[in-house]
Amino acid sequence: MIYLQLLWVFVKIGVLGFGGGYAMLSLIQHEVVEHYAWMTTTEFADMVAISQMTPGPISINLATYVGYTAGGFGGSLLASFALCLPSVIMVYFILKLFMSKKNNTLMNNTLKGLKPAIAGLIFAAGLSMMNLQNFPDFGRGQYNISVIICILAFVASYFFKANPILLIVLSGVVGFFAY
Amino acid sequence: MKKPLQLFLTFFKIGTFTLGGGYAMLSMVEKAVVDQKKWIPNDEFWDMIAVVQSLPGVFAVNTALYVGHRVAGTKGAFAAMLGAIIPSITIILLLATVFREYRDQPVVERIFKGIRPCVVALILAPSLRMIKSAKVTWKTAIIPIATVFLIWWCKISPAYIILAAIAGSLIYAVIINRKAKKTEAEP
Repeated sequence: MIYLQLLWVFVKIGVLGFGGGYAMLSLIQHEVVEHYAWMTTTEFADMVAISQMTPGPISINLATYVGYTAGGFGGSLLASFALCLPSVIMVYFILKLFMSKKNNTLMNNTLKGLKPAIAGLIFAAGLSMMNLQNFPDFGRGQYNISVIICILAFVASYFFKANPILLIVLSGVVGFFAY
Repeated sequence: MKKPLQLFLTFFKIGTFTLGGGYAMLSMVEKAVVDQKKWIPNDEFWDMIAVVQSLPGVFAVNTALYVGHRVAGTKGAFAAMLGAIIPSITIILLLATVFREYRDQPVVERIFKGIRPCVVALILAPSLRMIKSAKVTWKTAIIPIATVFLIWWCKISPAYIILAAIAGSLIYAVIINRKAKKTEAEP
């Protein structure tokens, strides 16, 4: 049963995952944290950090970890391959269709239209993670260290395009000394 | 060496050493596939990337599958795909066993307490940057705002939002294409 669920969830994510790793992250978060509750919101945040810091595609890293948490070793392989399955099918049946110039322009215009929705999707995933589990000191004590970390990391990432791995490491160091 | 094996090793190397996701990988793939092995001509490679970028799924996997298929057929496609994902799967499986063991250690917990709010920021920042690059105006701002409201507040699955957005954008794209054709035909 768990295997069927993993298969269904990750095939779905492979089919609908337009717009890169972060867009998939919002799909994964909804299914894995909110719908099936295979992971807590803190575990998901930890896993995003680890996926970001280790080599390879973030979505494959996440699928492997989610699969492992929900269904052990078999689950991890199943989830990763389920995520790739739609791509395999696409290479054979759809890619030729898109290689024509006319269809490719249509596809690119569609993707342009999708972009604002995908941006909203990713933003919603971030908002859903703004809770007391991930910000445990919010509203308690005088110093909201978690809020400060979040704001500084946001400024560094949005305005200065700081390296995400560097930001994660720095935040870890701050956490180590502050908590 | 046979081509599928070469493909496997090439993508295995890329999968092992690229940090930071799909786009960081792209220049390494280009270097290996176009410059060194000369499997695919430069312009064809970039035409192909333009198509692969608009497809759903894992960008690195799609790229591996396409390059593999183009170079050595079905065997090549699977060899390249496995090469691209096996390093990820192995590293995460190793880390997962270790991490679950030590997660509750106070030191680890303190470090991750600092990391979690940073992760939230790392998710919010690219979404705002994307809104900027999508040239969202006050009129079209309703799309991301409605999306956020539906997912975050109403807990609607992002899957439905994507399906609805695809339908909407496809109609929009068809209209644009028609208009472009008309202006081509008229003068």
